[in-house]
Amino acid sequence: MFQKQIKLVVSQLAAVITTLTILMLFCVSAAFAADDLNPLAGDAKAAKLGEFQFRINCALCHGLGARGGGRGPDLTRAVKKHTHSDTDMFQVISNGIPGTAMPANGTNGQGVGMTEEEIWQIVTYIRSQEVKAPAQATGNADHGKELFYGDANCSTCHMVEGKGGRLGPELTSVGGSRTHEAIIDSVRNPSRRLAWGLTEATKEFPQEYESVTVMTADRKEIKGVTLNEDSFSVQIMDASEGIHLLQKNKLLSFQKSRQSAMPKYGVDILSDKDLEDIVAYLVSVGAK
Amino acid sequence: MTGRGRREAKAFNRGGRKERPQRSRRGLLYICICFAVVFFADHTFAQVTFERLVHSAKEPQNWMTYSGDYTGKRFSGLDQVNITNARALVAKWVYQTGATGKLETTPLVIDGIMYATAQDDRAFALDAHTGRPIWIYQRQIPSDIRPCCGRVNRGLAILGDKVFMGTLDAHVVALDAKTGNVVWDVAAADYRTGHSFTVAPLAVKGLVVIGISGGEYGVRGFIDAYDAATGERKWRFYTVPGPGEPGHESWEGDSWKVGGAPAWNTGTYDAVTNQIFWPTGNPAPSNRGEGRAGDNLYSNSLLALDADTGKMNWYFQFTKHDEHDWDATQVPVMIDTGGKHLIGQANRNGFFYVLDRATGKLISANEYGKTTWSDTKDAEGRPVAKKEASPTLEGHTVCPGALGTTNFMAPTYDPQTALFYVTARDQCDIFSTAPQPYEAGHAYYGSAYFPSEEAKPYRGFLKAIDPATGQVKWRFEHTSPTWSGVLSTAGGLVFSGDAEGNFIAFDAASGKPLWHFQMGGAVYAAPMAFAVDGKEYVAIAAGSAVYAFGLP
Repeated sequence: MFQKQIKLVVSQLAAVITTLTILMLFCVSAAFAADDLNPLAGDAKAAKLGEFQFRINCALCHGLGARGGGRGPDLTRAVKKHTHSDTDMFQVISNGIPGTAMPANGTNGQGVGMTEEEIWQIVTYIRSQEVKAPAQATGNADHGKELFYGDANCSTCHMVEGKGGRLGPELTSVGGSRTHEAIIDSVRNPSRRLAWGLTEATKEFPQEYESVTVMTADRKEIKGVTLNEDSFSVQIMDASEGIHLLQKNKLLSFQKSRQSAMPKYGVDILSDKDLEDIVAYLVSVGAK
Repeated sequence: MTGRGRREAKAFNRGGRKERPQRSRRGLLYICICFAVVFFADHTFAQVTFERLVHSAKEPQNWMTYSGDYTGKRFSGLDQVNITNARALVAKWVYQTGATGKLETTPLVIDGIMYATAQDDRAFALDAHTGRPIWIYQRQIPSDIRPCCGRVNRGLAILGDKVFMGTLDAHVVALDAKTGNVVWDVAAADYRTGHSFTVAPLAVKGLVVIGISGGEYGVRGFIDAYDAATGERKWRFYTVPGPGEPGHESWEGDSWKVGGAPAWNTGTYDAVTNQIFWPTGNPAPSNRGEGRAGDNLYSNSLLALDADTGKMNWYFQFTKHDEHDWDATQVPVMIDTGGKHLIGQANRNGFFYVLDRATGKLISANEYGKTTWSDTKDAEGRPVAKKEASPTLEGHTVCPGALGTTNFMAPTYDPQTALFYVTARDQCDIFSTAPQPYEAGHAYYGSAYFPSEEAKPYRGFLKAIDPATGQVKWRFEHTSPTWSGVLSTAGGLVFSGDAEGNFIAFDAASGKPLWHFQMGGAVYAAPMAFAVDGKEYVAIAAGSAVYAFGLP
């Protein structure tokens, strides 16, 4: 009798669990279905509110008009590396992109995080901007690759997909994360906005690719780029990719410069067309 | 004050650099026994009375308030560690809090026990000799809090046998100092409308004084005082005056209801006049003046409040009708010099202000960092904002930026050098309007701001300012701007941290760095000093840990 009761209870429990499981599956699939929908899609008023949210929360890196700010990618491009659907975009804004400078919502420690509604407003705003974005100029990526590893000498200092030099920033993902204009500008005016190097958790701003010249105690001059620096030590890579780890108080002189170690590529050295081809190559790699 | 405390204070007052007299062995043994008795007796716990807080200079081995004393000087009377031996400093212990984010706490140390806080409303007590925890309090915070600027806490107040903490969900909590047990817990405001506490409270007489955060959410700011014994609220001063109150006319329409003026950094207290000096923050929305025409009193002001009643005796507004988020919440430091009773404040707007403590009258306002927002002063001598400094739709550059020339990082005033030391940055921001409607609990800025690339590189300094003239006597340029506060000690030293994780001892007179230690964590806190068993320690929070340094 007792056993029978237990069996009954077990079978009832099993029925309840089955029902619950079915219900849960239904709920989960319903939730996924709902996830694909931006509740504010196409809402012009929401897009306007989103523009202001964007200015406050995103413009630091992505620029006031979402066209990229030299650090973050141009979000007016219809094809994005990390986001395809509105839901992807919502997730990226909420959780950030690990391994990149894109932080999770509310985690930069400076401002107030956004509500879900405000994030959807931003998604709506970004979608509204895509429509207005001008067509991207297209160059010849194959020719660009030849130039990169050949006559333009880019690969002397820059690495793409494991091939190239180490002195300058690695460029595999630059085509997917920087604006077309920012890449052109960094070639034509490399000192105008120094590239970012090492990002540390302790620091507010990443190390920049500053040039440095030091004289060691044994009167050896070292010229290179700064890998990192604090008030008491500096880590330098010289032009032959040698690493020097130096205590500042042991140096005879220490001079930093915001004149980039990269030569300025004027149109006399690299034509507009050739540069477009190199950008097309970087974009073709970066969009992978 | 305990017997041990008195003995130590005397020893330190004699000065660590002098040779100690020879004693016989028996004498030494006798002293050791006495010391042991007093040492263990100490752990029966001495009450921290209001008298002890008023006369904290008599027990330099203890650090009993956020700024070390009621004056806000963040000056330690200890001199065992000094300019002659600072280069020998070593790490004595490290306490890992396990918390993540910005650790902004200034620990308290009383009679050998350290009390401090960490992110997410954690409080803990440590054996100050060893860094070993005695108790840990972790508040259960609601999941839907959204405090501005990190889930931070700057520290505790102590009075009697309790420590006091403001919480991210806008409660004030009293913990038993021996166990961390909650003695009382009162709600000051609704966290869902953007109210929170991040400030270290100040215990004055029998009261716990605390100011609210939430200037980024359009709260109506206030400063509260609670009965330390019961938690009963004794007074509240609204930093935005209501209808019929003087100053109410400085707000357009109903804008006062969401006017901001939070009070999120610890003030100071003058026992002679029984006045609390408490600074206030930005009007809301923080970066948009449209809709709140007027001076917006008492935002960005220093308030002199009667400690017993919370009634205002005087106010001084540093930045009128602020549109750049320049909270005036920097510690108002009481300075007595040449028979004058003054208050010095290195303001976020880039000017160093000196006020008469009795009247609040402005004595001087001098630029101590890069500013572009003002080129004239009013009849009182207060810098006045240029019209062109207002944010625009397309955005334009103003210096300092929204983070200010300085911010919450605590400064120090060293009575020995008569210099005021403050962490400063030269960073300009682009301010661009982005109007937002007020919605309870939502961000309420009204404009966007971000660092101006043209103003790079952003430079950070430790500056030594002569308060009398505003002149920068020396400055040490950090590799990048830092959020570290500053401590000065009777040993002729100034201590501060940097963004690269170094903790640095400077010669207070010259600014020359004498010693540094790489802590491997960002510094958002201010250092303090204490002594146990006759040994001086200097402590600071960095990364996720509290570090204590001393001589080998």
